[in-house]
Amino acid sequence: MGNFDWDVIQRSLPYLFREGMTFTVTLTLLAMVGGIFFGTLLAMMRLSSRKWLSIPAGAYVNLLRSIPLVLVIFWFYFLVPYIGAWITRSPTPIQVGAFHSAVITFTMFEATYYCEIMRAGIQSIPRGQVWSGYALGLNYWQTMGYIVLPQAFRNMIPVLLTQTIILFQDTSLVYVISATDFLGAAAKVANRDYRLVEMYSFVAVVYFVISFGLSYLVKRLQVKIAVIR
Amino acid sequence: MGYHWNWGILLAPEPGGTGTYLHYLIVGLGWTLLTALAAWIIALAVGAVVGTLRTTTNAWVVRLGDFYVEIFRNIPLIVQMFLWFFVFPELLPTKWGDAIKQMNPLANSYMTAVLCLGVFTSVRVAEQVRAGIQSLPRGQRMAATAMGLTQYQAYRYVILPQAFRIILPPLTSEFMNIIKNSSVALTIGLMELTGRARSMQEFSFQTFEAYAAATTIYLVTNVVVVLGMRWIERSVRVPGLIAADAGAH
Repeated sequence: MGNFDWDVIQRSLPYLFREGMTFTVTLTLLAMVGGIFFGTLLAMMRLSSRKWLSIPAGAYVNLLRSIPLVLVIFWFYFLVPYIGAWITRSPTPIQVGAFHSAVITFTMFEATYYCEIMRAGIQSIPRGQVWSGYALGLNYWQTMGYIVLPQAFRNMIPVLLTQTIILFQDTSLVYVISATDFLGAAAKVANRDYRLVEMYSFVAVVYFVISFGLSYLVKRLQVKIAVIR
Repeated sequence: MGYHWNWGILLAPEPGGTGTYLHYLIVGLGWTLLTALAAWIIALAVGAVVGTLRTTTNAWVVRLGDFYVEIFRNIPLIVQMFLWFFVFPELLPTKWGDAIKQMNPLANSYMTAVLCLGVFTSVRVAEQVRAGIQSLPRGQRMAATAMGLTQYQAYRYVILPQAFRIILPPLTSEFMNIIKNSSVALTIGLMELTGRARSMQEFSFQTFEAYAAATTIYLVTNVVVVLGMRWIERSVRVPGLIAADAGAH
């Protein structure tokens, strides 16, 4: 380890963070927001008494959770151009870059995990709350929007955030479609300068610091929320 | 939309000359399972030890266990894969590192993947084991101490036999995760199921058929694993617990 080259890390820092980490963080945040939105819709569908809503939602969630994320990334990378063509009625598959493909993939994939979290959150609300909502004359969307979901969200915030840390780590798998996320950027430098040891060790340290720091914050938040309740 | 369907591709010979594409994928499943099973043995053994140590009364041992868990939980799997594959051989004495690099590439990929997945999953197993032990009533440990058992005996005869049976369901989902996670090994050159589906796509351009076939194989594997684990859960359940009652009906 005597010839550990710090310089290559220092030289590539601007590239690693401005290109790579920006990609990773943007992807994580977009997929979190989209994933929680679609995940909540999926959870409401799964809990619906209408079979034509609950069965497709359940099938979608179970399907995506049974296959590897890498395969899901490949699937969407291939499918999104066709779906885009279908929506825009274009005769040929449209061009979709790695970033947009990754955002759609992670939104749709994480939605299945957020769905299960939100389902547990909704189910943790006493049924009486829903009944009193209806008794007050609120309709389904009002009951959900004003009574059930705000409480479900609040109860599930620590779990949702923990899932987001997992999502942050999982986004590194966009390496398989050659996207330039944090790992992808480091891999490009590593292979160009033949400095694999330095770059991959540095990547590991950065991921560790961020994930560990965030989990620590979530743990503290959890304690705080637990005291209030 | 301009996609040319050709399901017959599955029965067409693959360019490597080993047989049909379907056979090629099934061999991939074999590699997936071989990797997952070998890694699972490491994960169970290390996870059981680390998880148990984290519940003992020795502060230093607990801290060491926490350290191990935090390290491998907060680094993405693919980065760990690269650490084991590219960085680890450089940290070893030069002779050993060179020996690893001169190994058959397939053996090298396979052993690295097994080691990486084993350690990665051992952390999750350790968390489950710890949760299982902590879910036992405190009276169990106290009763063991009152009967004059040492800490080792209390774990061996009272705590662990119950804890392991309680955590079987979460361990099942960890086992399914290890099967799915083994696909990350394609980044270090292990041609398991997902890797083979991708190269089938590259050779044949029948992307949809390749991924659909791989997806189906994963789904079937999942069903088999779930049924198998349910059978194990039924046969080792702890009489008198709610879970056991639920299973009895």
